[in-house]
Parts: sequence; C-alpha cells; structure tokens
Amino acid sequence: MELAFYLASIVAIAATIMVITRVNAVHALLYLVVSLLAVAVIFYTLGAPFIAALEVIIYAGAIMVLFIFVIMMLNLGKESEQQERKLLKPRMWIGPVILVVILAVEFLFMVTSGSPEMTAARPVEPVEVGKSLYTTYLIGVELAAMLLLAGLVGAFHLGRKLR
Amino acid sequence: MASIPIEHGLMLAGVLFSLGVVGLLVRRNIIFMLLSIEIMLNSAGLAFIVAGARWGQPDGQVMFMFILAMAAAEVAVGLALVLLLYRQFKTLDVDSASKMRG
Repeated sequence: MELAFYLASIVAIAATIMVITRVNAVHALLYLVVSLLAVAVIFYTLGAPFIAALEVIIYAGAIMVLFIFVIMMLNLGKESEQQERKLLKPRMWIGPVILVVILAVEFLFMVTSGSPEMTAARPVEPVEVGKSLYTTYLIGVELAAMLLLAGLVGAFHLGRKLR
Repeated sequence: MASIPIEHGLMLAGVLFSLGVVGLLVRRNIIFMLLSIEIMLNSAGLAFIVAGARWGQPDGQVMFMFILAMAAAEVAVGLALVLLLYRQFKTLDVDSASKMRG
C-alpha cells in the first residue's frame, strides 16, 4: 500500500510538470486529468474512498470537460483540424497512457488484494463524512450553495454579453 | 496513516502547490493560468485529506468537498471571463488585457 502511495505521488508530480510545460492546451488538459487521477489513487490509499470517487467524477470529469468545451469553442477552423490530426498520432498520447496504465495496475492491485487494511489507521467512511457535513458544517453547506448560485449567475451574466 | 508518515503526504501537497505557483507565474496564456489554479486548489485539498487521515476524522474530507464546490464555481466564472477576453482581444494572452480603460 505504501508503494501505491509513492508510485502515485511520482505519477502526480510527473504529470503536473508536464501540465505546466506543454504548449498545446489539450495536451496539458490530458496530463492534468492524469494528475487528478493519481491524486484520486492517493486519496484511496489514505483511506478516503468517497473523496477519491468525487475527485474522479467532479474534478477529472466535470471540471475538465468544462475546460475542454472552452478550448474547443476557442479554436475553430482549419488549424484545429490539423491539431486533431496531430492528436491522433501515438507520440501525442503515449505519455499520458503510460502514466494511466501505472495507475490502473495500482488500482486493480489494491481492489483485488482486499482493501480493508488500508494505509490509514482506519478509513473514514462516507457515513461519517455525511453526518459531519450536515451537522457540524451545515452552515458551510449553505455558504457553498450560495457560492455556487453566485457562480451560476456570474457565468450566465458574463456569457450573455457575448451576443 | 500507519505506514505513510504525514510529512510525506504534506510534502507531496507542497510540491504540487509549488508546481502550480510556478505554472501561474511562468505562463501567460490564461487557460494555463486557470489550470495552474486548479492544481493549487487540488493540492490544498490533498493537504486537508492527509491531515484528516492522520487523525482519522471526517473533517478533512468535508473541507475537501467545500474546496470542490469552490473550484467548480471559480472555473465557471473564470472560463466565462476567458471567452469574454477572447472575444474582446482575439487572443488568450493575459498581458493584452493589462491596458484596460474604465
């Protein structure tokens, strides 16, 4: 389990270095998704399985898709077509694939090797997190709801002016 | 955290955060700056999870959820601003927006 943690750490750091050095935004996004998946594996080894799932679904899923939407909206036309063609070449996606394969092997190993004895002294179950979230931190949940509403209104307002 | 010392987890969070800061300072493309901010937010969440795992309390994970909500709101507004910047200046270079008038 410690090996999984350190291996995932190395993958996360390598992928993050690739993110900040890429020229092409789509390549950077690909590496950032890998970095987020590596951090999700780290969460799993630290005994936070629910947060690992949230990291994959919301960060690597929803937020990255937003980025991809915007990048796709920005470069339309011929050069983006050429870019797509370049993206399909193996040397563009081989780096992320290698890093992801490392993570996948780790994950399969952890799932099949019987996860109860996690690295943490005791994994924190989602039930505890939910109870704490809706009792101790209820005011925080309401503030987060207001923040999200403000974000929604702000994004709508900014987007409306485009026309 | 029986076998992984808390220092290593916090060190990883620190390294990821530094990489995010470096990316934010070095790049001038606004998309890459937003990505760097995402990296920094994520590493801050990692620090919370590591600390929560150290004491076996759910508070760290609760804080991560708040960071997640904040990141989602920030990205929505930030990307709307990116679109506005691009329509206005036909470029993603943030320095082009340094000369704004009122």
